[in-house]
Amino acid sequence: MKRIYLDHAATTPMHPEVIETMSKLMGEIYGNPSSTHSFGREAKKLVDSTRRKIAAAIGAAPQEIVFTSGGTEGNNTAIFSAVRSMKDKGNHIITTQIEHHAVLNVCRQLEKQGFTVTYLPVDQNGFVSVEDVKNALKPETILVSIMYVNNEMGAIQPIQEIGEILADHQALFHVDGVQAFCKIPLNVEKLKVDFLSAASHKINGPKGVGFLYVKKGVPFFALQFGGDQERKRRAGTENTISIAGFGKAIEVYEKNLDLYTERNKNINQILREELEGIEHFINSPKEGAVPNILSVSFHDVCVQALLTNLDIVGLAVSSGSACSAGSHEPSHVLKAMFPDDEDRAQIVIRYSFGLGTTEEDARKAARKTIEIVKKL
Amino acid sequence: MIYLDNSATTKPDRSVLESYTKISTDFWANPSSMHQFGGEAGQLVERARSQAASILGVNTSEIIFTSGGTESNNIAIKGIAIQYANRGNHIITSKIEHPSVREPFEQLAENGFRVTYLPVDLDGRISVDDLKNAMTEETILVSVMHVNNEIGTIQPIEEIGAIINKYPKCFFHVDGIQGFGKVPLDLVKSKVDLYSLSAHKFYGLKGTGLLYVRDAIQVASLLAGGNQERRIRSGTVNVAGAVSVAKAMRVSMEKYNKYLSKMKEMHSFLYRELSEINGIVMNSPLAGCAPHIVNFSIPELNNEVFARTLEEKQIYVSTTSACSSKTRALSKVVSELGKGDKVAGSSVRLSLSFETTQEEIETALEVIRESIEKLSELKK
Ligand SMILES: Cc1ncc(COP(=O)(O)O)c(C=O)c1O
Ligand SMILES: Cc1ncc(COP(=O)(O)O)c(C=O)c1O
Repeated sequence: MKRIYLDHAATTPMHPEVIETMSKLMGEIYGNPSSTHSFGREAKKLVDSTRRKIAAAIGAAPQEIVFTSGGTEGNNTAIFSAVRSMKDKGNHIITTQIEHHAVLNVCRQLEKQGFTVTYLPVDQNGFVSVEDVKNALKPETILVSIMYVNNEMGAIQPIQEIGEILADHQALFHVDGVQAFCKIPLNVEKLKVDFLSAASHKINGPKGVGFLYVKKGVPFFALQFGGDQERKRRAGTENTISIAGFGKAIEVYEKNLDLYTERNKNINQILREELEGIEHFINSPKEGAVPNILSVSFHDVCVQALLTNLDIVGLAVSSGSACSAGSHEPSHVLKAMFPDDEDRAQIVIRYSFGLGTTEEDARKAARKTIEIVKKL
Repeated sequence: MIYLDNSATTKPDRSVLESYTKISTDFWANPSSMHQFGGEAGQLVERARSQAASILGVNTSEIIFTSGGTESNNIAIKGIAIQYANRGNHIITSKIEHPSVREPFEQLAENGFRVTYLPVDLDGRISVDDLKNAMTEETILVSVMHVNNEIGTIQPIEEIGAIINKYPKCFFHVDGIQGFGKVPLDLVKSKVDLYSLSAHKFYGLKGTGLLYVRDAIQVASLLAGGNQERRIRSGTVNVAGAVSVAKAMRVSMEKYNKYLSKMKEMHSFLYRELSEINGIVMNSPLAGCAPHIVNFSIPELNNEVFARTLEEKQIYVSTTSACSSKTRALSKVVSELGKGDKVAGSSVRLSLSFETTQEEIETALEVIRESIEKLSELKK
């Protein structure tokens, strides 16, 4: 039985070209980028080449890119840095109820330290209202942290409009771009963001590497220190080979973006059509979502049993985000979208797809879901 | 080409690369995912964890995978200080720690902790009596590195552990990054509570490492998020990275068992020959030095020019620790030996791997002799 992996929002397989690039470089370039001799210099070149690729991809300058170990580190670094640099100017933070835990849990920690946090609601389509952001802003607001694309249902948030509003406010603007980077056009200047985080493993690159964009001139406090790497913004010997792999993944994405988008739209459409065979709710917005995530709720089934049964027949999907996995707590994202409909947050299946997903996979996945929901 | 900068980083072992590539190709799922793909990835991480634990002689649950040595040191030091701040505000370290230990201490000092920096003797070793005298009821953390990265001095970890053990409120962290696979250390016997490793120093990949955290100990996490790794280190686990750490540890121990005596012989030979060269002052201690590091100074010459002269002959060494190569200044570590600025400003480090051959050492020595002669001539 061929298994079907529809959990690309949790993590993605590495692209063969990425693996090839990394395996080739690994045996050849092993210097420490901080070393001044030729081994060091060639390792540093790898790092800087990816840095330039990222900068070009998001409309930043290479000096504005700091490599991290992933999305969680990027989010934590940005938020802690922002509140530290702004702590004399206020203690109010704005975020949303649908952020990833790598933002939400940082905010909760900051609440314990005396900061006030406004968790903005979202509408039934999963969108934050720009009006709400405006209304929540106070003179003492020091940070706004809003994700670009939600990882559970794919809604693209109005980051540019929010950036406009914040342009003449003191608050720094952090955007969790982990699910957006390479998937949708993203230009930091247009969006007027101060910080943007991304992770390589969501775009068919290796795990253990990501980046944080820090706008030039924005004060910065490192989270991890003890070395001069990354212009003292992130100490530790650079993860050179993975950084090179990340660069390759970006290259592959850029070359194929239109193709990938078309394919994902098609898969999305097939899933929607096939699922017509059973009563369900679509949680992902019809317009304004990335095409590679489709969140669906079903009636009257136990989500645990549903997931287990899907897994047994070789279909890998998830109910919420992988990071909160280990338990099937009701999704905080769906709860935010449907505060009055508890069931809807309970019985969620997230289909997320990408590299390697075929139309046949989508059809099978939908049919298997229907079969099992009916059986249960 | 003779690479004598293995303390900066080592060439990864082929089997480590193969293992990383295989896992990346076949088991790339997110180990936190509940489905089979995730389960398989998770099992591999757990197997790696148990292998790493068994090599260190500790429990599987005591291993936390990290993004490298710097992160491990940051988590250990800041995590303990924040978690146990209510028990006391005194912390102790040595004056010759790597910046990834020193700087977190400096940050804690800014935040109200009282820090004692233990001095070192001419050999770069702290005195156990100094530590005894520094310990108070308020002391909650002592962090001392096992092997110094610039001069190779081995610290008396077991004796230090015995002292700290008399203070039940105090934790003991050891930066084991240069020691692992070169100098034996029994973590349990030495009463070590936290221990950091970075795999690229022993045939592994950059951006991978681990932190040993004794079971009973809680550490405040520096990254909030999905609560992976015993809630100590949030973030999607680098599956292939974790597996490659364990693999590198195994490879490293195999090489250690096979080649240690050879390395020791070469090290003694190199040390002896260098100390006989006119114009060289040895910084590494004669006794109690790790077998892969030899550090010396050329007080009358410019060490950067010297290193470049060697590089022209394809011999690669370093002048200060790689992490601070950018800031051309006195070596902080050699300064602490108290031999004056000329010595501290002209240090050179040669660091060997188990692959280094006697022939390479002899060639390097020859080039070193010639270069010193040539540069001394030029100065006249
Ligand atoms: C939106 C979002 N933010 C942050 C993260 C955390 O990234 P990582 O697990 O790479 O640290 C994820 C994925 O897990 C995510 O989907
Ligand atoms: C003793 C010591 N501690 C910590 C580190 C930091 O390790 P990494 O750069 O892999 O994070 C190094 C090496 O750079 C080291 O030699």
